[in-house]
Amino acid sequence: MQPLDFSTVIQTLTQNAQNVWMPHFFPEVVVCVTIVLILLASICLKRTARTTFALALIGLLVALCGIGSQLNVVGSGVSANPGEYFGGVLIWDGFTVPVRGMLLLFAILALSLSGSTMKFGARDATDFYTLLLGSTLGLLVLAQSNNLLMAFVGFEMASIPGYALVGFQRHRLRSSEASLKYLLYGAAASGVMLYGISLLSGLTGTLSVSQLGSHVAAIGSQATGATASHAVIFSLLLIFVGFAFKLSLVPFHFWAPDAFEGASAEVAGFLSVGGKVATFSLLVRMSLALSGSMTGEAAKLVLPLGIGLGVVAMASVTFGNLAAYFQKNVKRLLAYSTIAHSGYMLMAVAALLVLRSPEGASSGIDVKQVTQQCIEGLVFYLFVYVFMNIGAFGLTALMRNHFGSEDLEGVKGFGRVFPIHGACLVVCVFSLVGLPPLGGFWGKFVVFYSLFMASKISTFMMVVLLVGGLNTVFSLFYYIGILKAVFLGEPREGSSSLVAASSENGLAMLIALPILLLGMFPGAATDFASEMARSLVR
Amino acid sequence: MDPLCYLSLLIFLPTLGAIILFGFPSKAVDAMRVFTAAITGVVFLMTLQLWLGGSFNPVLGTIQPVQEGVSVPWIASWNIHYRLGYDGLSLPLVVLTGFVSFLSAIASWSIQKLHKGYFILFLLLVTGMLGVFLALDFFLFYVFWEVMLLPMYFLIGVWGGPRREYAAIKFFLYTLVGSVLMLVAMLMLYFASGREFSLIGLAQQAAAGKFSSFEQTVAFILLFIGFAIKVPCVPVHTWLPDAHVEAPTPISMILAGVLLKMGGYGILRIAFPLCPLGAYYSSYALVAIGVVSIIYGAFAALAQTDFKRLVAYSSVSHMGYVTLGIGVWKLSEAHGIDFWLQGVSGAMFQMIAHGVSSTGMFFMVGVIYDRVHHRDLNQFGGLMGRMPLYSGLAAGIFFAGLGLPGLCGFIGEVAVVISTWNYDPLLAIIAASGVVLTAGYILWTMQRVYLGASYKGPHSEEIDHMPFTAREAFVGFTLLIAAIYLGVYPSVVFDVMDATLKGSLETLEKAVATVGK
Repeated sequence: MQPLDFSTVIQTLTQNAQNVWMPHFFPEVVVCVTIVLILLASICLKRTARTTFALALIGLLVALCGIGSQLNVVGSGVSANPGEYFGGVLIWDGFTVPVRGMLLLFAILALSLSGSTMKFGARDATDFYTLLLGSTLGLLVLAQSNNLLMAFVGFEMASIPGYALVGFQRHRLRSSEASLKYLLYGAAASGVMLYGISLLSGLTGTLSVSQLGSHVAAIGSQATGATASHAVIFSLLLIFVGFAFKLSLVPFHFWAPDAFEGASAEVAGFLSVGGKVATFSLLVRMSLALSGSMTGEAAKLVLPLGIGLGVVAMASVTFGNLAAYFQKNVKRLLAYSTIAHSGYMLMAVAALLVLRSPEGASSGIDVKQVTQQCIEGLVFYLFVYVFMNIGAFGLTALMRNHFGSEDLEGVKGFGRVFPIHGACLVVCVFSLVGLPPLGGFWGKFVVFYSLFMASKISTFMMVVLLVGGLNTVFSLFYYIGILKAVFLGEPREGSSSLVAASSENGLAMLIALPILLLGMFPGAATDFASEMARSLVR
Repeated sequence: MDPLCYLSLLIFLPTLGAIILFGFPSKAVDAMRVFTAAITGVVFLMTLQLWLGGSFNPVLGTIQPVQEGVSVPWIASWNIHYRLGYDGLSLPLVVLTGFVSFLSAIASWSIQKLHKGYFILFLLLVTGMLGVFLALDFFLFYVFWEVMLLPMYFLIGVWGGPRREYAAIKFFLYTLVGSVLMLVAMLMLYFASGREFSLIGLAQQAAAGKFSSFEQTVAFILLFIGFAIKVPCVPVHTWLPDAHVEAPTPISMILAGVLLKMGGYGILRIAFPLCPLGAYYSSYALVAIGVVSIIYGAFAALAQTDFKRLVAYSSVSHMGYVTLGIGVWKLSEAHGIDFWLQGVSGAMFQMIAHGVSSTGMFFMVGVIYDRVHHRDLNQFGGLMGRMPLYSGLAAGIFFAGLGLPGLCGFIGEVAVVISTWNYDPLLAIIAASGVVLTAGYILWTMQRVYLGASYKGPHSEEIDHMPFTAREAFVGFTLLIAAIYLGVYPSVVFDVMDATLKGSLETLEKAVATVGK
């Protein structure tokens, strides 16, 4: 190995910056720079709440523009090189670019929401926005990691600011309690996941997600195959625990209601969506890797894995919906609803695994095409979910600001006093139920169609489909409970004189409108989602 | 005008009106009332134009204005089209929708609070209803079907009676269960047909035997449950008395006049053509459900003391004839499809007739409720002397509901019962005896409400303070004239739908005769 001299290092760095960072990871760089700038600004400037907000917003917008310039990688017109970077640690292709765009868009929404609804002092603002951006950075890394260790780093980068955000309201005991619970659960889940990762890498000799399938298959063909493949299953289960924690899937969901109730509604909205987008994109990549290149004995794993995910999905959907029914606090209710929605989304992944199992390949269906359809459904669902969930939590924040309550009892008549907020809430809530012509319906429809296709391979998927369908009906009960309180209840004395700020109205409509548009004209978004799927499944 | 534009305008004119209503000041109540009535009036005229304007050819029997329906791609990658059209099956119901919407908009003067929200939701509801009857793409149909739910939930839940929240959620849940089942069936057929959503295309594939008999049976059961909830058939009818009783008068009129017809329409437009084998296998069940609904609804109506609840149960009973008439499908040797055709035509006519008579009955209940604020049948009496014009109109309408010859209720019931005789004489006898029960509860009601010596209940003075207005008389007269016209000259409906029904039943018969047996 030749000795490195300083100028070569600099040269390599600049070259890297020019050829790799700037064209591919510009948004991440911008987010990092923004964080530094916010911290500097808090030292140099007075009255920083406004300034830091503006800085953070500009930073995220610039990062989003950076994504916008990369979007041409989706579909056929490939200008830059899709592929693995930094020694295969990160991957950059037609799937990760839009997913990161989604994350940044979501961060912008969460930021604007907290900027317009949260009241904090100057120093708090700096901390809050730094943590928010830091968590976003972690999510961006997680979404594009192609290496289990990198994924772990992403998980932690996203989670640790999250713990702090939950406990941000220092004066509220509930908030600190929630933060501690979240932290303990998170630490345990991370530990288990890390153990799984180390076990898997020890068995297979690789940490790379894209090579996982072929390495696992190689184990299956060895003499010690049987024992080793048991160990592989075990390690996959352990890794899945980490995923399930992040996605708040049953039975790793216990933190979610407490954390969401304790945190402010804005933070709850942020935590409930961002983690899902990033984690699902990694989960899809792992599922594809595991099911794609496995042959022989190891391939027999795929169908049970798919069915297992189906069971977890059913449990999450059913439990989330049933538990939500008894909630009196809107945030807690929405927390259970996020558990249910994770379940619906997981159904798409379960269908994907079932369809890609050897049984699926031998059944004569076009595996590539149906796989793409599953991913298309999941991506669309996530995209709508960004809007509808942050909308629901955002409107809860507005209830808190105007009515001083987040309980169903306390927000009675909110929709009558603020008709525009009310109308936007109707859009978000009915989209969460999954009624047409709103985006949430189309998301569910596409996921259910994936399940239906998978039911041709394994009848069990039909059960999952029916459970999902019935749960849509159950979920109406508690979602409508929100609307019932907000519209059918009489407003309190003196509340009729309250007026909403026009910026609030604007933001609420900005969030509700895409839901409506995605429901009425889903064509463009589904086409784009299927392009993304196509670049993932070649 | 381009037919696609015309039909779209017809469907979305009320939505446009709803958006304009947003701009009205909340105090301008009268302006909003008149505006809504005007919009629905234009919608009614536009539906009449479809029927009488020369663009509809009753002899053709196919979808009009073009065979496949006018369409533009909506979600191209899923082969979903925005496809509209009408034929003899949907046209009468479209006109009925326009008619009932217009009259209930006029009846909406009685709404007392939050007027702006009410009229906006009312107009959105009209859009949903027209869309259901005009959509020829399964997906589009489903979307409109669900679009109706949202306004309906709020219309019952906010403007309804004391138990409105319970009634609204019950209505919503029942319909949503049905929709989810329909969604599963839709996915099944979409997959089996090779990505087809067009109702015409699916029907053709079904007629060609593309779907296995297992698929057809399962899909039919799923679809039938979904539609049966809407009809409503016993035992999934329990949402109806609650929803009808709690809903404000104009909404009850729409519920009874239009929404229930969507069930029957769905069975005829979707469940039968898309799953002919499943339908054929289930025909006995359909007939039995129909007969049970007739008898059960009539007995339940006899037992009511709440005026509106009685009318609601009479709807269950009357809509039983629809299920019965649709179901009498027997691969008969000698007569071909004649008897079945008669049954289905009778069922269709019954839907139109019930749309007129039950709308009228609910309106009449609403008129007296607005005055005396109660609906207890045992506390009425003597209204004939106090409000002669109102009572006279009400008597006419109630006789139409009873099925008196010469009024609209008679034709459909007779046609259905006659065709049932060929299917199963025993069931025909039971169904016919339902007529006696109907006469029983309606005459008894009239005796308790309109006849008798004097009014015994509370708020007696209100009857004199609020005379029967010209607006109310207009609604009453219009409905009564429609009832008489349909009763005397039923061909006006039969002529429109004969060719269509004949064509579609022949197709079904052929599909089953070749594949099934």
